[in-house]
Parts: sequence; structure tokens; C-alpha cells
Amino acid sequence: MSVFEVFRQERKGQPFAHAGSIVAPDATFADAWAREQYGRRGESVALWLVPRDAIHQVTEWADEFDLKYRRVDGYSIKARLKEARERAGTTPSVAG
Amino acid sequence: MDSGAHRIEVGDTAGFVAYVQEGGQVEAGDWLPDEYRQKLIKFIEMHANSELMGVLPEREWILKAPTLQRKLALTAKVQDEVGHAQLIYRIAEDLGKPRDAMFADLLSGKAKFHNVFHYPTVTWGDVGVIAWLVDAAAIISQKALLKCSYAPYARIMKKICWEESFHILHGRDVILTMMTGTDTQRGLVQEALDRWWAPLMQFHGNPISRDEDPMWFWRIKSQGNEEARQQFLEGYAPQIWELGLTVPDPNLRRSAEGVWAYSEPDWAELKSVVTGHGPRSQERLEFRRRFLDQERWVREAVAAA
Repeated sequence: MSVFEVFRQERKGQPFAHAGSIVAPDATFADAWAREQYGRRGESVALWLVPRDAIHQVTEWADEFDLKYRRVDGYSIKARLKEARERAGTTPSVAG
Repeated sequence: MDSGAHRIEVGDTAGFVAYVQEGGQVEAGDWLPDEYRQKLIKFIEMHANSELMGVLPEREWILKAPTLQRKLALTAKVQDEVGHAQLIYRIAEDLGKPRDAMFADLLSGKAKFHNVFHYPTVTWGDVGVIAWLVDAAAIISQKALLKCSYAPYARIMKKICWEESFHILHGRDVILTMMTGTDTQRGLVQEALDRWWAPLMQFHGNPISRDEDPMWFWRIKSQGNEEARQQFLEGYAPQIWELGLTVPDPNLRRSAEGVWAYSEPDWAELKSVVTGHGPRSQERLEFRRRFLDQERWVREAVAAA
């Protein structure tokens, strides 16, 4: 018997999300049981059944540098935008 | 943006506790403190047992249900609950307890199942009250598990809660049909409510404070027992009253601050029932024993495939 991880897709175009797992002797049994447990009410349009052993998991991440320059929170433009507008004489007037 | 990265070093129980108490969730492959694993298994196993044993009171009524539509709906519900048991046992298995061992502990009485599944289903009124109010009480506990610190369990609860929402509506439909029917039908509902009120009030457990509850400490549960009971009363006492039913507790009332007062539930009864001394405990365990034995060849054939 081996463990199959079950990923299910709720609607076409949506990502496959991990739902749970089943134990089965082979892919044929896994197919039958996954249909029953994860699809019998039409809650899935597709399933991926993946033998647990086939999953290569990555959880270790190098974090030696400050990599904020490639994320939105690495940029603060407010103060400099204000300064640039003042310089150009284009500061928007406050309504009212 | 917080990358959400966290790393609990193997053996760092304090770091683990701090992480889950801040709302963090862990996966099957992460390091788990032994005590956490044991508490999780015990909790999840009881939940799975309750789903498996919980179909028996309703199963008795599949053939006796009043219409074909009711028979089919009840059959679908029983199938759902057995399916929930399958999903939940799988989670406990993954944590290290084999399914055979869980069945053995259930049948020997070592492992428990919820108090409400130890009582008889006397009339069709009981079926309605179970499907409506017992399921409502259960879904309050189950929704609180969507935030469980053990992520695989929380994910499974998402699917289970989705199916439970049909069960409650089905129960309400049964009750409304009876309440808009004859005096005899209304009488059956009231009698069933009288029978089920005490078990319902015991269902969420004794009012142990959240901070003394190990299941809260590890964030297996995300609410305390009394919070769950208050939520049940807040949601369902008004629904019971609006149908003209009487709750068999003269002390039940809501304070101006929204806190429900009620007569002290019989905690000795709760303890006695969940340890296998309920009116139907042994009969239902015997039923399970017979079927597990009768169907052993199927499991063996599959395992040999």
C-alpha cells in the first residue's frame, strides 16, 4: 500500500490545490477512491494523484541578502514624488 | 511583504509553541513535538470515530424515512459522514497511528466518540433534531478547526464543513415540514427536542477555561468549550423558539450583554455516556464489530492487490 497525495481543481483554469491523501495498493485503486472521496459531489473538475514518494519538497531558502529591491515593499516613492512635483511646479492643488 | 518563512529547529518546543500560538500552521513533514503529536492523534481519532459511529443513529431510519426523497437524502448524508471518517482517519494515520489500531481502540472502548451518538433515535422527530441541532452543534466545533495549527487537518475540514452545510439545511427542512404539519408531527419534534436538549448542552464539553485546555494551548482548537456552547445558543435558541417549540430548561435566557445562562448540564452523565455507558453505546459498538469482521476479507483482498 502506498500514499497518494490528492490535488483537486474546483473549476477549469483554477490552480490544483492540495486536498488530502489516500492509501491505495496502486493507481487504479487510488483513482477509484479519490473519485469517491474528492469528487462524488461534483466539487472537482480534475484531480492529480501523486505518489508521495514522487514529491520533491523544497523548504530551505537562502536568506543571506536583503532582497527587497525585487519586491513592492522595497520601494518608497511618496517623498521623492512630492519633491519632484514641487520642483516641476505640478503639485496637485487640494480640492475645495 | 512577509515571506511567511519560518523555521522551527528540531527539538525547539518553545519555538514551536510560540509559532502555533501566533496562528502559525505546520505540515505533516515538519518536526512536531511528541506531546503535540499525541494530543493531535487523540483529538483527530475521536473526531473520526464520531463520524463513523455517528451514522448509526441515522442509518436505522433510512428504510423507515417517510418519503423516497427523504430516504435518498438520508442515504447521501450517511455516505458523507462515512466519507468524513475516511478523510479524518487518514490524517491520524499519517501522524503515526495505524487504522487497525484505531479500530481496535474504538471497539475495545479505549478510544471515545461523541456523546450524542450514544443515544437512541426513537422517532422521525429525533432524526430531524439530530440533522438540524446536533449537526449545528458539530459544525460550530468543526468550523473552529479550519484554523487548526495542523494544516492537513484544517484543509480537510474545509471540505467537510462544505458538506455539513447541506446536512443542516436538510435537517431544517425535515423540521419545518413537521412543524407545518399536524399536531402529532409537532408533538414528535417537541418530544425529540426534550430528549436531545441535555446531550446537546453537554456536547461542547465542560466549561474548562480556554487557558487550561491543552487543545487550545497547542491551537488544535481555536475556541474554548463555553465559547462554542454560547455560539450554539446564540444561533439556535431563537430558531427553536420561533417555531413555537419549548426548550426544556426554565433557566435558559440571554442577558442584556448577550451571554446565555442555562441550567448546569449533567457532567456526570456526559462522562458516563462517553465511556461506553450510554443507552446505545454497546449495541452500536457491537454493530461495528460485526461489520468490521464481516468485511475483513475486502480489506485483505485490497491489501494483497
